[in-house]
Amino acid sequence: MKDLIKSLVEAWGPSGYEHHVRELIRGYAEPYADSIEVDALGNLICRVGQGDGKQRIMVAAHMDEIGLIATFQEPRSGYLRFTPLGGLIHTTLHGSRVRFENGVTGVIGAPEPLGSSRQNAPDLESFYIDISDGDGAGAVAPGTAAAFWRPFEERGTRLIAKSMDDRIGCVVALEAMRLLAKETPHEVYFAFTVQEEVGIRGARPAAHSIDPDIAIALDVTQAGDEYKGERNGIKLGGGAAIKVQDPGLVVPPAIRDWMIARAEADGIPYQLELLKAGTTDAAQIQSVRAGVPSGCISIPCRFVHTTSETVDLRDVEACVQLLTGLLKH
Amino acid sequence: MDTTLLKSLSEAHGISGKEDAVRKIILEAIDGHTSDIRIDSLGSITAIKRGTVAGAPRVMLAAHMDEVGFMVSGVDGDGLLRFTAVGSIDDRILPGLRMKIGVNAIPGVVIWTPIHLGREQSVVKLANLRIDIGAANKDDANGKVKMGDMIVFDSYFGEVGTAMVRGKALDDRAGCALLIDVLRGGPYPVDVLAAFTVQEEIGLRGAQVAAQTLNPDVAFVLETTTANDIPNPLAVPDEMDEPNPTCRIQGGPVFTILDRSIIVNPRLLQFLRATADKHGIPYQLKTQPGGGTDGGSIHLANDGVATAVISNPSRYIHSPVTYLHRDDFDNSLRLVQALLHDMTSFGGTAL
Repeated sequence: MKDLIKSLVEAWGPSGYEHHVRELIRGYAEPYADSIEVDALGNLICRVGQGDGKQRIMVAAHMDEIGLIATFQEPRSGYLRFTPLGGLIHTTLHGSRVRFENGVTGVIGAPEPLGSSRQNAPDLESFYIDISDGDGAGAVAPGTAAAFWRPFEERGTRLIAKSMDDRIGCVVALEAMRLLAKETPHEVYFAFTVQEEVGIRGARPAAHSIDPDIAIALDVTQAGDEYKGERNGIKLGGGAAIKVQDPGLVVPPAIRDWMIARAEADGIPYQLELLKAGTTDAAQIQSVRAGVPSGCISIPCRFVHTTSETVDLRDVEACVQLLTGLLKH
Repeated sequence: MDTTLLKSLSEAHGISGKEDAVRKIILEAIDGHTSDIRIDSLGSITAIKRGTVAGAPRVMLAAHMDEVGFMVSGVDGDGLLRFTAVGSIDDRILPGLRMKIGVNAIPGVVIWTPIHLGREQSVVKLANLRIDIGAANKDDANGKVKMGDMIVFDSYFGEVGTAMVRGKALDDRAGCALLIDVLRGGPYPVDVLAAFTVQEEIGLRGAQVAAQTLNPDVAFVLETTTANDIPNPLAVPDEMDEPNPTCRIQGGPVFTILDRSIIVNPRLLQFLRATADKHGIPYQLKTQPGGGTDGGSIHLANDGVATAVISNPSRYIHSPVTYLHRDDFDNSLRLVQALLHDMTSFGGTAL
């Protein structure tokens, strides 16, 4: 599973430009899917099972990662201006490396990286990207997207990488597909969605075409065990996080209890998640068509939306077991 | 450019939710040029112009009928009107502006303090402004206007310079005029699913319902965007403060890469650029991601719709006077017609 994780987290796929990740996932999914489709927005939808009168279940994990897109090149200096794709944390930007689709590496800078007050980071408009190659202005046309770059690393059971959010959710989905080996009493649609980070856009049309009875989103959640953290009770290594609520979704008790019962029956470690800020694909899926009861299995993560998002392998395994168990019964 | 049509569209009063006068003009203008004309439950016009090639993509073209403006929200004891914005308008431009209020288009002016009194107000807030319609008192004002009455900029349409036109509400009546010209032309190989939408300025609302109903394969939004190709009076010149004009007048139709509401489908953006190049039509990329358009709603409708946004560059949008260059309008029209003719060769929307 670690090879799969490394391959997906190091792949390039900012919001709206998920095509490389999609082809990678398609390759992994093909042996375990009964059919695969790509919709007009670029969502990859893999069906497993025929249903046989049971539930039609949507499982959603988003392929996109936060990134940016070049909008304008300063005529004299050659520096690129950019606009974010997703929620960038300003204090992490100065000195960060990004890679454009054509392979050019850029470095982000700011006139006053610590902010004039030394408390606040500068406005995003102040940042620029250096793409100079010492021999001209560099070759990145405005309109080209970029993703942050850092390699995958391990420290014991901790896994550290960019874009754990939400490639680790994609990994959980792919691992469950592999373990199911096409055996499920349900009709399961694994949707690898686009454009979650820019406002949960891909999941809605995907849910509209799948028209599921129930849905499960897979995403990272903010761990509460960072220093002076949220104190939300979520710990790395504490097991799969079963969502109770976030600002965009109140999980129907029947869905929540269905997950808890499965975890207890199978002896899977779990923790209950009440997230104060942020939401997932499930927030959009729940209101598609006549409504879809939706829940979420979350992977606890430290340092979310940085290039060092940290998860614990044991939690990832617990999430895989829980999802597989739910889809098998 | 049909200047007579654009004049009547520009001068029609139609803030978000009250697009009736604009709808009437458009219904007359497209009569006989399309089939299946409908007014949906929110008030958008949908119409279909059948294509000549069976099985070709069904292409939605959308332009919004509503304009930014205001609404009467109360009458003070002295007969001055309180008002609230409908759509996003910079409060700082308001003092001293002339307005027209209600169905009877009663004239009024936004209050301000003359310079003689030397009261410098650095911050202008809508909540502190009133509209003076010359009423003697509250009862007098209540006899002339009522709560909820529409307020629009008092402006006129006309020529400016040698090749520009000016008027209010060219965002997006110019897009409506463009769409009308497309429908009057043709035939095209593809089915054209036209939508003149309501309530764009307050949250892309009409387009969502129109797109769900029309259920297109591909959509182009015909918009009006801000050409910030003018000096910024607040800018401090230095090396890192190069002008970033968003787009320029006479630079041709503007293609959005992304804005607050949409990341334009990259394949469709490539197709726009290739089509413009093939037909020798100038174009420009929008270099700032501000704002949103009907594309934000349309691309998420139903199972999802590959959507792009094509805008006329214009100066001073969301004000009483917007400038639009004839060349830009004409090039946008050429481009949209070329797209419709070449659409049958479009390879697909997935990268």
